[in-house]
Amino acid sequence: MSDDMDMDEGGTIKKFMFVNRKAPYGTVYALEALEVVLISAAFEQDVSMAFVDDGVYQLMKGINTEATELKNFSKTYRALDGYDIEKLYVDQESLAARGLTEDDLLVDVTVMSSAELAAMMADQDVVISH
Amino acid sequence: MLHIINKSHSDRSIETVLRLATQGSAILLIEDAVYAATTGNVIAAKIQAAMADLKIYALKPDLDTRGMAGRVMEGITLVDYAGFVDLVAAQPNCQSWL
Repeated sequence: MSDDMDMDEGGTIKKFMFVNRKAPYGTVYALEALEVVLISAAFEQDVSMAFVDDGVYQLMKGINTEATELKNFSKTYRALDGYDIEKLYVDQESLAARGLTEDDLLVDVTVMSSAELAAMMADQDVVISH
Repeated sequence: MLHIINKSHSDRSIETVLRLATQGSAILLIEDAVYAATTGNVIAAKIQAAMADLKIYALKPDLDTRGMAGRVMEGITLVDYAGFVDLVAAQPNCQSWL
């Protein structure tokens, strides 16, 4: 009947940002966040991921879990663009505080200043933090 | 005493341990605490300074798992699981910080 009805039936696309602040492997947050991100992508939402504080460690190159026998989920970050999740934002300040640069990361990301990331966050419909 | 730390320095537990560890104690960094053993992070200078009084170890398998094995700062000794056991056995007591 109205445009609103059509929107509901077709499903509204919202901007979702998943904010990752935890290192991988020490806790289950990083892996769980990936699961939620992939699910949200299946619902064809406008999904982005932000990596802040220890969350930037999730994207490190050279992860080798042989000795700890943990599940290595590095490959999942590489697979995200196959699910149309291409907006990966990394906080420059968090990288610098850990002696890291963009070259240390295993996927293409957009490195952002605090102000840029803040603006991006403020622009979202839904922000979920892990 | 052997102080075992498994949390990232983002939660400041390492600073507390450095404050409460007596001279000659050993600190073993495992799991997310191994990030503190790497160069260029914000706590690196404090770790460097602490090594004058304390022996600091890091668990190599946990560094590998996090892609950080090539970034360990000088003066920190890497151990494997057998080395972990040796450290526990060598000290009169130990504390796993939570």
